[in-house]
Amino acid sequence: MKSFEYLRPETLDEALAALSDPDAASLGGGTNLLDLMKLGVAGPERIVDLARLPGLDRIETLPDGMTRVGALVRNSDLAADPGFAAAFPMVAEALLSGASAQLRNAATVGGNLMQATRCAYFQDPFAACNRRAAGSGCDALGGANRGHAVLGWSPACIAVHPSDFCVPLAALGAEAEIAGPSGTRLVPLAEFHLLPGEEPHRATALEPGEIVLALRLPAAAAGFAGNARYLKLRERTSYAFAVVSAAAALRIEDGTVAAARLALGGVAARPWRCSEAEEALAGKPATAESFAAAASIALSNAAPSGANGYKIVLAERLLARTMAAAAAGTPAEMPALPGSLMDDTGEAAHA
Amino acid sequence: MPDDFASQSHIRLGSNSGKPQTRLDGIAKITGSATYAADNAPQDMIWAVHAGAPAARGKVVALDTAAALAHPGVIDVMTPENRPELAQDPDARAEFFAMKIDVLQNDAARYAGAPVALVLAETLEAALEGARLLAPQVEAEPARIGFGSSEPYEPPFVGFGSPAKTVTGDMEAGFAAAAQNVEVEIETPPQYHNAMEPHAIVAQWDGDRLILDTPNQAIVMSCPMFAAYFGIPPENVHIRSPYLGGGFGSKAVINAPQILACLAARQTGRPVKLVLGRSQMFGPVGHRGATKQTLKLGIDGEGRLTALSHHAVAATSAFDDFLEPAANASLNTYACPAISATHAGSRWDIGTPGAMRAPGEASGSAALECAMDEAAHAAGLDPLEFRLRNYAETDPASGRAFSSKELRECYRLGAERFGWAGRPLEPGQMRDARGRLIGWGMGTSLFQAPMFRAEARATLRADGTAVVETAAADMGQGAWTALAQIAADGLGLDLAQVEFRSGDSKLPDAGIAGGSGHTATAGSALFSAGQDVVAKLAALALADPDSPLHGAGNQAVTARDGRLFLAADESRSASYADILASAGQEALTGNGEGVRNPKDAEERAMFSHGAVFAEVAVDPDLFQIRVTRLVGAFAAGQIINPKLAESQLLGGMVWGLGFALHEEGIHDPRTGRPVNGDLAGYHVPVNADFVQIEALTVPEADPYVNALGVKGVGEIGITGSVGAIANAVWHATGRRARRFPIHVEDLL
Ligand SMILES: Cc1cc2nc3c(=O)[nH]c(=O)nc-3n(C[C@H](O)[C@H](O)[C@H](O)COP(=O)(O)OP(=O)(O)OC[C@H]3O[C@@H](n4cnc5c(N)ncnc54)[C@H](O)[C@@H]3O)c2cc1C
Ligand code: SF4
Repeated sequence: MKSFEYLRPETLDEALAALSDPDAASLGGGTNLLDLMKLGVAGPERIVDLARLPGLDRIETLPDGMTRVGALVRNSDLAADPGFAAAFPMVAEALLSGASAQLRNAATVGGNLMQATRCAYFQDPFAACNRRAAGSGCDALGGANRGHAVLGWSPACIAVHPSDFCVPLAALGAEAEIAGPSGTRLVPLAEFHLLPGEEPHRATALEPGEIVLALRLPAAAAGFAGNARYLKLRERTSYAFAVVSAAAALRIEDGTVAAARLALGGVAARPWRCSEAEEALAGKPATAESFAAAASIALSNAAPSGANGYKIVLAERLLARTMAAAAAGTPAEMPALPGSLMDDTGEAAHA
Repeated sequence: MPDDFASQSHIRLGSNSGKPQTRLDGIAKITGSATYAADNAPQDMIWAVHAGAPAARGKVVALDTAAALAHPGVIDVMTPENRPELAQDPDARAEFFAMKIDVLQNDAARYAGAPVALVLAETLEAALEGARLLAPQVEAEPARIGFGSSEPYEPPFVGFGSPAKTVTGDMEAGFAAAAQNVEVEIETPPQYHNAMEPHAIVAQWDGDRLILDTPNQAIVMSCPMFAAYFGIPPENVHIRSPYLGGGFGSKAVINAPQILACLAARQTGRPVKLVLGRSQMFGPVGHRGATKQTLKLGIDGEGRLTALSHHAVAATSAFDDFLEPAANASLNTYACPAISATHAGSRWDIGTPGAMRAPGEASGSAALECAMDEAAHAAGLDPLEFRLRNYAETDPASGRAFSSKELRECYRLGAERFGWAGRPLEPGQMRDARGRLIGWGMGTSLFQAPMFRAEARATLRADGTAVVETAAADMGQGAWTALAQIAADGLGLDLAQVEFRSGDSKLPDAGIAGGSGHTATAGSALFSAGQDVVAKLAALALADPDSPLHGAGNQAVTARDGRLFLAADESRSASYADILASAGQEALTGNGEGVRNPKDAEERAMFSHGAVFAEVAVDPDLFQIRVTRLVGAFAAGQIINPKLAESQLLGGMVWGLGFALHEEGIHDPRTGRPVNGDLAGYHVPVNADFVQIEALTVPEADPYVNALGVKGVGEIGITGSVGAIANAVWHATGRRARRFPIHVEDLL
């Protein structure tokens, strides 16, 4: 691979200074960045390893009740943190449904948010890809695109964001804490990843030279802990990205949905918060009919971007199923196959 | 497996065979002390990495060699312009097993990923970056990918020399006699072997001798093939291949990167290491070619086949021919008065396919078993009953007797273990407590039981221990262990007394580890080498006036535990060490050959058989398929090592599940480049895909296949499994698979 400079700053200021070089890249666990470098898709001149930055490997509760998760917390550690998993069970379930144990041990919270699309043409330096090389075209259109977007895509790019973790985060109204040369700011996770529009090469709200410092989850998000599930359809039982996935968290009072938090994964360039469906569901009885109606609203604007129309049907049915699973109650223990419909031992995954 | 199974055989294998001996190389492998080819790093070694064609069809018009050469650490770049001469035309197919390879003979790009240049560097990193900097450009024409992309052609043969067209009986009369016909069309995709160990080679020259560390499934046979490219005598090639991290057929023939590495080593005078990256394994090292198969089954009112036609269009490359002999799977499985198995070829701009675990049988049996299931349903019969009605008592294609065929027992045992009885005929009838649709399906397994030719040497040492030698290949299947067990039995020694040397071309030729014939072939050679030693020992003892065996004349002696016994009076015995000592011999060498008796080969049809039963649970609206149970029962002759045989059979069944539900090499329809050329995108099954999987074996004595009664277990597990799973999916959902792998959108 290409030679590069490797820096491991000890302070945030040093890190930001090192990242002021436009050809620098932050390094988390490296499970995505190094692959992209080997493929010749990424070619940073300078790697800024964030591993030594102080205070970013912690999960803490802020004075206002917010939960703050440092960008360097490993995916596996976060999922295994008893307090975090109890408060945000569907986030833990989503994390554990992703990748493999080895990858989760290495992957960081910041890297997971920032991971690139798995679009094969993005990963192939010989292919035309607007996201990788602005203005070069999009080989996924008319190519192998079974896995591509059905929501929020544009003719410039039909890629999906691959993260499981980000889906329940978007549903729960999490925010990303971003640090850059001009200070720190918060961006709602549901808007952190950008829809492609005309400029698919801009994948996130991060400006050059900025880094993700932490994630914040509002205190109210924990109020959904009793009825929260993440379900993920994939092409083998584990170790595969989502075909479609869904996060559903409900607050149910006397058989009525008081509030809902819903999002879809694998359908768009961002984790897809389903706000209209949430609103429609609020105040409705927690029944299969209400869930189906809400799911249908969530997908009402969906359109295939290629040979992927089946994902619309699947996403709608999965979202309804996930709501039903959430309504049945968060399992007391993490299912043996998290996020999976393949769990033979667990409770019925649907009502 | 009953404990006394070995003794049921017609030949007295000793006490080593039949034992579930743990693999002898296991510790070395899991502790990392086993040296795979890429672990070798001779002094002064350099690295080679090839750059691949970015398009599947066209002409390479630009290579930035200056940029690559300017990169620190890069030593040289080999291109068609400066590539040293080869002694053999790489497009000549000078030998039957020498496929056409892309070794920089010109500027053509014939498939995506074909080598277009080779970068040599002091480090792997520099070589990789050099290859990237070459930024090859191709003046490309649209790639031909897919069955519609070119006119089918009539091939002279399929597979490795199998007939492309076989018709037995009167097809017209057969279909005329049918009460109804069932027609089925099924597509299978390109599949890539993806052995865990990528193809690797460390090549060094010593004068005009070529020393290679490279994983190889046919070690001695490959020497002349390498030699031919360099104009050296075969004996000047030394291949060391003690361990392979999987081969599955892809390490049996010589590939282009290997030849380029040898050339580079000769040119630079330094050892060269070349290791393929995972994505580079989707092109130059073979794959299972795609097929499009059409079957038509005629059945009479009693549910008997009256005619069976199986036509397979098989994809191959634009420039060479390896056609998956898929239709031939219909020739030997079911009784039918008229069978036609025909093939056409389809040229794609893709690397040339090759043998991949159960070549032909895997794809062909997948389609046949699906068609049989449809036919059973059309006949209103249980799929097992339907198969029993069409049970072949003799080989349908040749009319010959089977050397052995315990398939009925496989059906019985498998069905009983699975609990097949009571299966509803109609689909969609069963649900589990969670509301999932439950379906049961089955398939018949069949695989040839070939033997090739092998030699072996056994040397008894003064202390009564022995060394046995043959250039066998352990691909992970356990040859180091099972062959050593046979060798020990041939010598009448305990396994611990026998040192087994293998995996080196300096040793006697063990033939090829392929076709599920390695244990039978190399094992026979080893056994007879041991018997040769025993016979020579007996001669010494009988002639020695001081020996307790003296004067026994031509009475039989038996060899056991390092002693020779007089068969009629076991109180008279002598140890090997004593016999050698009395004779004043330091060592005694015996030779053996493994080859099938030509008369038996002529007169008998030889196959392993089996039956696989599958249960699936399918989500009724999301159509996620869970294979909840997979039970296989196999009859494969004498089982030398039940533990290793079970793991081979299970591995085959796992592969069958991957075939049915996961494996698919996707190529971009415009450029031909692999779209999922890594293990994140090219799915094979994972542990979590299995709930219950079980492989049983049925005792089977076979006096004809070889003196040991050994068939093979390496490939048969795939056959039967694919169809069983697809049929179970139908039984659950009422939807028939028309292509593999089965996608969720096919069921929605
Ligand atoms: C085979 C395979 C299967 C996978 N399967 C799944 C799956 O099923 N589900 C799933 O969700 N994920 C899956 N993943 C993706 C995995 O989750 C990501 O690779 C991982 O989360 C990335 O984290 P990292 O710390 O290793 O990131 P890195 O590789 O270090 O970085 C990724 C990107 O983020 C940037 N970055 C890293 N940290 C920061 C920061 N703090 N601020 C700003 N930028 C930063 C880097 O510059 C880079 O661009 C899979 C990955 C692989 C290789
Ligand atoms: S879908 Fe987006 S990422 Fe994929 S090729 Fe098109 S532009 Fe690139």
